[in-house]
This record gives sequence, structure tokens and C-alpha cells, in this order.
Amino acid sequence: MATVRVQEQDFDVAAEFAALTLGRTDIGGIGCFVGTVRDSAGGRRIGAMMLEHYPGMTERAMAAIADAAQARWELLGCTLVHRVGRLRPGENIVLVLAAAAHRQAALDATAFLIDWLKTRAPFWKKEEFAGGGEAWVEAREADEQAAERWSGGVRA
Amino acid sequence: MADAAATTGTLHILYFAWLRERVGLAEERVALPPGVGTVGELVDWLRERSAGHAAAFASMRTVRCAVNQEFADPDRRLAPGDEIAFFPPVTGG
Repeated sequence: MATVRVQEQDFDVAAEFAALTLGRTDIGGIGCFVGTVRDSAGGRRIGAMMLEHYPGMTERAMAAIADAAQARWELLGCTLVHRVGRLRPGENIVLVLAAAAHRQAALDATAFLIDWLKTRAPFWKKEEFAGGGEAWVEAREADEQAAERWSGGVRA
Repeated sequence: MADAAATTGTLHILYFAWLRERVGLAEERVALPPGVGTVGELVDWLRERSAGHAAAFASMRTVRCAVNQEFADPDRRLAPGDEIAFFPPVTGG
């Protein structure tokens, strides 16, 4: 029921929507989150972002995250697509879609999926600064806290 | 696991992000060293391998580990044939 992919090429949000809903009339709402590359970080201009991952574990971790969402909410489908490689400001990084009969489950599951993707899937970002130099992005405590808010049990 | 495999198997060690850069290797295969039974003991052993390894494992606060592609704690037991990955806290999404 879940679609999980890691890819270098861009994704087409409309096409992913269409694939998720093809032939379905039981879906009442679809949550959508698209993460994109910002052009600045800590006051510095970003020229590009390199996204590295752990092939094999990444797909397993994403599938486990999708399973966790499906165990918590009555989802009618979900889609996780994460890009890797060198991305420019404005480009898409990640897509989360969560379909359910009602909006609350769709919206909550979407937030859960991106929170857990950011803290439990083995991806790493390196920023290339427009003025030269590069730096690995450090994990943010705020991301960990956002993920932790889902540890209080089932929210249906 | 059979005794034969336990004595001949190797560990497949992977490094990602800045750990890969500091170690200078994306991966290496080593025989399970004598006296090494856990992830934490493997890290102590790896630190002695090179200056790069020592730099990579200087602070374990910013190092995470997976064994056979599942997140693992320092006290996780190791067996020959395991795939062990070291990497920084993840920053995807």
C-alpha cells in the first residue's frame, strides 16, 4: 500500500497524486508535504546541496516509517519519495503523501511521516556555499523534538 | 551461526558523510578482532587503526551506528558476517 522510493531525478507531484488515487473512490483527503532546497543557511548563500544516503538501509527505514504511520492511522495509501545527489536551491528534495477517509488522519500522518523521515532515515546533507566552501548539515534538536511528539501513542 | 563461519567470517564496515571523509574509506572488511564482542568494543579497536579513524571516532556523541541496516546501540553484540555502518545523526527530509 505504501510507495517508497529513493531517486536522483525529480518527482512529479501530480503524477504521484494520480498514482496514489488511481481507481480509488474511498479516499476523502490527501495530505501533501514537499521539502525543497532553500537558498540560504545561517545567513550564508547556498549554491547546491549534496544528499548522501545508505543504500539498502534507506529503503528499509522508509518502509518501516510508512508501516508505523499505517499502524497509527487508517491510511488508504501513502507515498514517500526522497531525492539524492546534487540539488540546487528551489529543487524538490522530498515528497510525502498520505491518503485517508478523513482529513485529520491524512494531515497528522503527513506530519508524522516527514518528522520521522528527518530523524530516522539515513540521509545526510552537505551544503555547498555560493562563496566557496562546504559543510555537513548538523542534526537539529528541534527536528528530534518534532519527532518525539509522536511517541505518546496512537492518534487516530 | 556455525562455528566454521564464526571463525572465518569478516565484518563489513561502512562509513557515511563526514565519518567517511575522516576515515578516508567508504568501507572496509576486517576479521572480527579478538576481544571485540560489541559495537562499542569495535569502535575502541577501530580508533587504533589510523589517525583518520581516531578523528572519526573522537566524539561518539555525534556518531550513530547500524548493524545489518538497523540502528544499534554501543552494547549491541557483533557476529562474523555483520554489516556495521557508522554515520552522523541523520539530516534528510
